[in-house]
Amino acid sequence: MGHAHHNTGALPPNPEKATLEGRNKFLAFWFFLGGETVLFASLFGTYLGLRNGTAGGPTAQDIFHLPLAFIMTMILLTSSLTSVFAMLAMKKGNFKQMLLWMWITVAFGLAFLGLEIYEFFDYVGQGLTFTSSAFGSAFYTLVGFHGAHVAFGIGWILTLLIRYRKGGLTLTNAPKFYLASLYWHFIDVVWVFIFTVVYLMGIGG
Amino acid sequence: MSNSQAYSKSVLWDWLTTVDHKKIGIMYLVAGAFFFVLGGLEAMLIRIQLMFPESNFVSAQAFNELITMHGTTMIFLAAMPLLFGFMNFIVPLQIGARDVAFPFLNSLGFWLFLSGGILLNLSWFFGGAPDAGWTAYVPLSSAAYASTGLDYYVLGLQISGAGTLIGGINFLVTIITMRAPGMTMMKMPLFTWSTFVASALILFAFPALTVGLFLLMFERLFGANYFIVEAGGNVVIWQHLFWIFGHPEVYILVLPAFGIFSEVLSTFSKKRLFGYSAMVFATLIIGFLGFMVWAHHMFTVGMGPVANAIFAVATMAIAVPTGIKIFNWLLTLWGGRISFTTANMFALGFIPSFVLGGVTGVMLATSAANYQFHDTYFVVAHFHYVIIGGVVFGLFSGTFYWWPKIFGTMLNETLGKWFFWLFFIGFHLTFFVQHFLGLMGMPRRVASYLDGQGLNDLNFISTIGAFFMAVAFIILLANIFVSRNNKAVSDPWDGRTLEWATSTPVKEYNFAQTPVVREIDALWYEKMKGNKKLPVAEPLGEIHMPNGSILPLIMSIGLFIASFGFIYHTYVVSIIGLGITLGCMIIRSVKEDHGYHIPVDQIEPDKEVV
Repeated sequence: MGHAHHNTGALPPNPEKATLEGRNKFLAFWFFLGGETVLFASLFGTYLGLRNGTAGGPTAQDIFHLPLAFIMTMILLTSSLTSVFAMLAMKKGNFKQMLLWMWITVAFGLAFLGLEIYEFFDYVGQGLTFTSSAFGSAFYTLVGFHGAHVAFGIGWILTLLIRYRKGGLTLTNAPKFYLASLYWHFIDVVWVFIFTVVYLMGIGG
Repeated sequence: MSNSQAYSKSVLWDWLTTVDHKKIGIMYLVAGAFFFVLGGLEAMLIRIQLMFPESNFVSAQAFNELITMHGTTMIFLAAMPLLFGFMNFIVPLQIGARDVAFPFLNSLGFWLFLSGGILLNLSWFFGGAPDAGWTAYVPLSSAAYASTGLDYYVLGLQISGAGTLIGGINFLVTIITMRAPGMTMMKMPLFTWSTFVASALILFAFPALTVGLFLLMFERLFGANYFIVEAGGNVVIWQHLFWIFGHPEVYILVLPAFGIFSEVLSTFSKKRLFGYSAMVFATLIIGFLGFMVWAHHMFTVGMGPVANAIFAVATMAIAVPTGIKIFNWLLTLWGGRISFTTANMFALGFIPSFVLGGVTGVMLATSAANYQFHDTYFVVAHFHYVIIGGVVFGLFSGTFYWWPKIFGTMLNETLGKWFFWLFFIGFHLTFFVQHFLGLMGMPRRVASYLDGQGLNDLNFISTIGAFFMAVAFIILLANIFVSRNNKAVSDPWDGRTLEWATSTPVKEYNFAQTPVVREIDALWYEKMKGNKKLPVAEPLGEIHMPNGSILPLIMSIGLFIASFGFIYHTYVVSIIGLGITLGCMIIRSVKEDHGYHIPVDQIEPDKEVV
């Protein structure tokens, strides 16, 4: 490892996995996502156990606003697509285009996060707070953990975008961008489950 | 580090910034031994309190704190870190690697464990230790019943748990990608295999604990309602989350110990491990079933007869692969040239002791009978038979086995035998009688018992046994002291696996040339072929090494500071602490660190095998 780090000329076809370091990171990140899956599964289990524990407070049917959740879902799914475009650009060796698509991904992520914050304020205004009932606690914990992951992902990608705003694709930064996009897909997949289990099942009963 | 290009400012700085898996392994061993002593002292105080009926040696509150901290310390801060110490030092050597996959993360994992452990133990000095048992069942652990000590528990375990998770991922990747050429998965030594399976269990078990601890933290600090029944909560959720982590944890501890016994028994029988592939599959099956049986800790919760039956049968099924292992160990000994070293004595003592723990495990798995055994000393006896008879015997066996490789000295065998016999007798004296105490109805976790209930004599005997173990451990410490100048050779036991092919002390690059592996027990194979050296995969060339870093320590200190902010509700401190940690992450992320190279003239070619 570590012999061809500053090779800006011809990169191998899969620069994110060309070095042992890159392969190690790639593998470790999949393991990490396995752990994250257990984390979210535990949170989903907790939510499913408590979603009827409203203690006389607002229920899911009372307050959930499906159109908003649907728009948020579409925004996040689109951001997954733009990060795919970024990776396609990377595989073609077009660093500038990759950065552009990553910036667009961040923009979608920020839009999602903004809507989530708006949604939380809306629900709090209607009487569902973190402390109002077990349902409230479980809802804000599950959705909030996801939101925190989105925020962390945005911070991560922004750090990479600023750090590597100049220069080109290298065997060092290719794995970093690749893992960030992998993380971003994971966040999207979790949201699909949240949309189903929290919002659709919440409104459908 | 001896190399001129490494950052070598002072010895202390060297240890604080090291990313060398061998030094990190030693730090795990030292820190784990420290916490082992703490947990042992807590155990002695518990046993002294229970030596006589209606004793007032410690208060009931102090007793609750002692049992909580004894369990928590021994599981999280002693047993697991000591195993991590051996894994860190030995696994890269056994697979013929120069390093682990993520040296920086390895260091981070250690410092997180240590800062979490220190945080947890500081609770003794700031408002009392946690007192809700090591399982911290709600509502006992809720804000209504438990004071600040539980906040230390929640945050301390969260931090050290993150360290464990990082360590687990590191081992998984190391074992998959860093093996020497020729070492297929089915040629790996059993200790490496068991490390691999235990790491997979860590990966899937610890996030459940993370969630449980977060929920408890949010409830205690921010007024959430997951476990508060009046607000729609449910206490059983904590129990599920805790045991989804807690049951696999048993196997995270015992599988690496099984790995140690497999190495020790085959080395000191001068025979290849009997049924190698059966051992590997048994390890995998135990790992898998270990995940499926968590609810046997909850038979009396009221899950219903169907759930109880399913979990009972699944639990009993674990006895099958474990039995396979026991027979394979016995058949490894069969016809072997057995040498009774201290390491091997612990391995031999383990077999009957652990079988006894397994038998009571099957008894407890019978859900109908479990209603009688539940929360009595029978359970205490059972799990100490498994954890001491399995894990602690494994740790002691590994200590005597690998001590020459890790510390470069030979432990005294005479003192070692004294240590073994005192500990072995003390252990059985302490815990065997507890089965009967339990069957006679003595409840666990209760600070005292009445006179005239027939419990006096057995409790007295049990405490005497505990003193035997304490004296034995002091003899071990004395042994370490008197053996400090007794230099070891590189391969004192005529070893079979690759760690014995390295020089002692092990060079920072482990192997001057990456070895080629041709058979299970690679070193033994070359010895039997009469070869002078291991075959190598590369010419002698410069070796790439990672740079040391102080960031892991600072990141851990950041979380340590943040925890105090949470415990005392001063969130400015929390934000500062989290900021320090996040800042370090950003620095690590933007600063490209390519390490350095050791030039050829500073590499000593590997010595001969025989």
